Amino acid sequence: MNHLSDEELTQAYYGDEEPESGRHLTECAECHAAFQHLKTTLDELLSETVPERGSDYGAEVWNRLLPRLPLEKPRRVWLRWWTAVPVLASLLAVAFLAGRFTQPKAVGIAPQARQRILLITLGDHLDRSEILLAELVNAGPEATDFGEERSSARDLLDENRLLRQASARMGDASRAAVLDELERALLDIAHSPSQISAPELESLQRRIENEGLLFKVRIISSNIHHKGQQL
Amino acid sequence: MDWTDRAAAEEARKGNQLAFRVLVERHSRLVFRLAFRMTGNEQDAEDMVQETFLRAFKQLHRFDGRASFGTWLYRIAANCSLDLIRARRVRGERQPGLDATASPDPSPERVTRSKQLAGMLDQALEQLTEAERTAFLLRHYEGCNIEQIAKVLGVGNSAAKHGVFRAVQKLRCALEPAWGGAK
Repeated sequence: MNHLSDEELTQAYYGDEEPESGRHLTECAECHAAFQHLKTTLDELLSETVPERGSDYGAEVWNRLLPRLPLEKPRRVWLRWWTAVPVLASLLAVAFLAGRFTQPKAVGIAPQARQRILLITLGDHLDRSEILLAELVNAGPEATDFGEERSSARDLLDENRLLRQASARMGDASRAAVLDELERALLDIAHSPSQISAPELESLQRRIENEGLLFKVRIISSNIHHKGQQL
Repeated sequence: MDWTDRAAAEEARKGNQLAFRVLVERHSRLVFRLAFRMTGNEQDAEDMVQETFLRAFKQLHRFDGRASFGTWLYRIAANCSLDLIRARRVRGERQPGLDATASPDPSPERVTRSKQLAGMLDQALEQLTEAERTAFLLRHYEGCNIEQIAKVLGVGNSAAKHGVFRAVQKLRCALEPAWGGAK
C-alpha cells in the first residue's frame, strides 16, 4: 500500500480512518512518524482551555434569557373567534325556545322537537361551560390575564339564564338548581378583574372545587347527551 | 423533568415554558464552549449564548427532529458567532485572541505559553473560511462527528470532511513553522 496522504493522516487522528489505513499506520515507520508529527500539533491546540462555567450556569442563562423571550399568553383553542358562532346560534335557539315557553298557546312546533332543540342547546352550553371551568380550575398562578375568561363567562351567562328559566318551567328542578349554581360561578368570573391576582384565582378555583360544580356540570351534560340520543 | 431533547422541544413548541427551560439548562454550557471558541472572548460568548437561545426559541417550529436538538442548536450558535465575526470585520475590528487565562489555575509559565499559543492560533484561525473554522472547532474541540458537522454546516458529509482537512492543513502551515521556533 502507498503511504498515507495528509488527508488520511488527519482522518486517522480523528479516528475516521479506513481499516486498511489503520493497519498501514501501525506497520509503516514513515507514516507513523508523520502521524506523530501531526498529532503533536493538533494535541497542542487541545491545551487551549475554555473558561469554566459552574453547575448552575444553565439556570443563570435562563434567568437572563426569560425577560427577552417573546412569550405569548397561551391561547385557548375554544376561545378563538369562531367559537362565537355556536354561542350565537345557541343564543338564538334559546331565545326562540324561551319565547315558545312563555306563550302557553304556542303553535307550529311539536313538543318533542322543542324538547330536542332544548337538549341540544343545553348540551352545547354545558360543554362550553365545562371547558371554561376546567381551564380555570387547571390554570397556573401565572395566568393573570383574565380578559378572555371574563368575556366567555359573560356570553355563557345570558344563555345560562334563559336555559335555567326554561328548565324550571319544564319542571326539571335539579337541572335548574345546577344551572343556578353555574350562573353564580359565571357571574363571579364575569365580574372578576381583567388582571386577576394569584390569591383571587386560587379563591375562585377553590370555590368551584368545593361546590363540586365541574363534576355536577359533567353529570348533567352526560345525561343531556344521553337523552338527546334517545329522542 | 425527564424529557428527552426531542420531547422537550415538542412541548416548548406548544408553549410550555418549562420545557424550553429544560433545554436551555441542558445545553447552555456546550453552547458557551462553542461560542467562546468561535468568538475568542468571554463576554462575546455570553452574548452569543443568549442570542442562540433567543433564535432557537423563535425558530422552534423549524426544528423537525431530523438532527438532534444539540446539533440544531450548534448550527444556530455557529451562525450567531459567524454573524458577530462578520460584523467585526465590517467594522474593521480584529478577532480577539482566545483568553489565555481561561485555565482555572494557571501557572505563570502556563499563562505565558497559553498567550503565545492563543495569539498564533488566533492568527491562524483568521486564515480559515467560515465553514473550515466551524468544521474544525466542532471536530477538534467539541468531538462532533462528520455527520453532525455536515448538518451544522448544511452540507454533505464529504464537504464536511474536506472542511476539517483543509482547516487542519491551513493551521499546520501557519503554526508548525512558528512553533518550531517557539519550542
